[in-house]
Amino acid sequence: MSIGITTYGAYIPRYRITVEEIARVWGDNANDIKKGLRVLEKSVPDRDEDTATIAVEAARSALRRSGLAGADIGAIYVGSESHPYAVKPTATIVAEAIRATPELMAADYEFACKAGTAALQTCLGLVAADYIKYGMAIGADTAQGAPADALEYTAAAGGAAYVVGKNHVIAEIEDTYSFTTDTFDFWRREGQQYPKHGGRFTGEPGYFKHVLAGARGLLHKTHSKPEDFDFAVFHQPNGKFPRTVASTLGFSPQQVKQGLVVEKLGNAYAGSSLIGLASVLDVAEPGSRIFMTSFGSGAGSDSFTFRVTEEIGTMQGQAPTVAELLAAPIYLDYAIYAKHKNKIIL
Amino acid sequence: MRDVAIVGIGCTKFGEMWDKSFRDLFIEAGLMALEDAGMSGADVEALYGGNMSSGVFIEQEHVGALIADYSGLISNSVPSTRVEAACASGGLALRSGIIAVASEYHDIVISAGIEKMTDVGPEKAMDALAAASDREWEAALGATFPGLYAMMARAHMDEFGTTREQLAQVAVKNHYHGSMNPKAQFRNTITIDAVISSPLVADPLRLFDCSPITDGAAAVILVPAERAREFTDTPIYVKAAAQASDTISLHDRRSLTSIDATRIAADRAFKTARLQRSNIDVAEVHDCFTIAEIMAIEDLAFFEKGRGGPATLAGETAIGGKIPINTSGGLKACGHPVGATGIKQAVEIVEQLRGTAGKRQVEGAEVGLTHNVGGTGGTVVVHILAR
Repeated sequence: MSIGITTYGAYIPRYRITVEEIARVWGDNANDIKKGLRVLEKSVPDRDEDTATIAVEAARSALRRSGLAGADIGAIYVGSESHPYAVKPTATIVAEAIRATPELMAADYEFACKAGTAALQTCLGLVAADYIKYGMAIGADTAQGAPADALEYTAAAGGAAYVVGKNHVIAEIEDTYSFTTDTFDFWRREGQQYPKHGGRFTGEPGYFKHVLAGARGLLHKTHSKPEDFDFAVFHQPNGKFPRTVASTLGFSPQQVKQGLVVEKLGNAYAGSSLIGLASVLDVAEPGSRIFMTSFGSGAGSDSFTFRVTEEIGTMQGQAPTVAELLAAPIYLDYAIYAKHKNKIIL
Repeated sequence: MRDVAIVGIGCTKFGEMWDKSFRDLFIEAGLMALEDAGMSGADVEALYGGNMSSGVFIEQEHVGALIADYSGLISNSVPSTRVEAACASGGLALRSGIIAVASEYHDIVISAGIEKMTDVGPEKAMDALAAASDREWEAALGATFPGLYAMMARAHMDEFGTTREQLAQVAVKNHYHGSMNPKAQFRNTITIDAVISSPLVADPLRLFDCSPITDGAAAVILVPAERAREFTDTPIYVKAAAQASDTISLHDRRSLTSIDATRIAADRAFKTARLQRSNIDVAEVHDCFTIAEIMAIEDLAFFEKGRGGPATLAGETAIGGKIPINTSGGLKACGHPVGATGIKQAVEIVEQLRGTAGKRQVEGAEVGLTHNVGGTGGTVVVHILAR
């Protein structure tokens, strides 16, 4: 019996701020930044939205799509680097909100931007071992970027929830492969409000090394070639990095287009590649094969291959698509954005 | 005093060398120089290492002993001396080695320079570099190096009509030269427009007016001139090693548009070498900022004061021009690992005089000059080398 994704749900806050507006405040050249990052705008949470509310929205959307009940879920793992509490799980808040308590396993994960895919692997293992029937993996963030830092142009908010099980699988998880090293490219210590990073060091020795090695590792392990896949999704901290790895690996722009949501979304950190995957599942047809590699600073990557099944047809359209979530945004100026992001300390 | 020759050179790739440590870099440069001279470490009698700020950049001082230790020179208990004069540390290490051989204190000396700058973030790197200015009267009051050189640029533009385009052409020309240097940090060519539209750093200087943060090391082997042919068929002779000091603070100087220490060190060098400016076929000058190259070629008297900008724009300082300047790509394109720069300049001139500079070869070059500046001109070292 195949194991895979039985349902999924995404959530993106309604608010946006443009690169122009941020550049206006800091005296940067917006065109250079848009050209350099290939990002136009990013999502912004409402004042009372946080990783817990985003995770709950995504989880509810996933259940709504499938008709599964919260009580069916045997495990919830929430990956984020902006859990509202340093000590006190987000997963319990989600579990309670979707009425999955009390008989379930639950915990929070942290592995920078790939904590959500790490949660997906955990669920895969638990389901495969028949410890649970359904496991829910969530990647969600209200991403932090210090004012005037390059990260501020991309650090966005959003999340996606995936239920892994054996019944009514819409996308079989064919295989997974992880590539992990200890690399100091991006970090946030206890008590710090914003992450720090090593500038360009986050590129070559961070993102590119781990995404390329992780993707190549899974291609090798599964004896596959880029052309065997209909879609490819890569962690998208900006619009440039995923395009560069795609072309380096031999994936075509057509293969990455549907999963590349960063231009209008920004980098939703732990939500990034999982929202990209949701965007692909929104349109994928039975038989489609999907390749995905996430990336988390610190550093590591998780790669997956999926095969979409006939069950997908009944699921599409039962919950908001990523395209719908990105449509009709409400634009904020920097002052209101600063209020939403708690950058104004009262 | 006896004549001195350079018989071996070595230089690492310059750039963000994330996979190489301070130790890896100096070992690589030193071994290349020894191999080039056909020597082994056992032949070396003394070592002078130029390094500005290992204490901040890698939290390691006492690097003289460290270099001797990890280079395998410790078995001979070779005297190893760290030399520091901010961005002129390399030039000073070279001059120290030359003096050691010329004075007959030592026969075979290695002069090296190294800086490993990318292990720290930009703020820490900026603060380390600010230590080359007057901490009490400049850095502590908010002056940064781009800020200080911006004041010189503004004054130069005001006094001599130097233009934005002329400044930009220094970077354009040095990137063009760097594009032909496999060791250079930047090998892309750029346009005047790209320089002028790059982010503003300190008005009028923009990002592409500034040299980068770089990791790298370089080394040369010095021997008495009479023994040079034992080691190489193409010895390059040291004709002069001159040095001058000035006030550390920019505001205490006689002029904002001229670096007096450059003029004085150059005069001393040409007097010692008994050569004229017109004898110089190729020069490596200290272009930490584009304005610095324009002032350098004027203060070295290759061009009249105020003519540096127009001459640059007219191509007189490019390969093929009247006097090719910074064929390595200079600090701007080859990179500026501060302690290594003065030695790298000598390595480049040796390549040019040997005729081994590849695509960037200045045809028939026989005499070359290096010009290395510490801070805003508190220390200047000028060397003249010849075939």
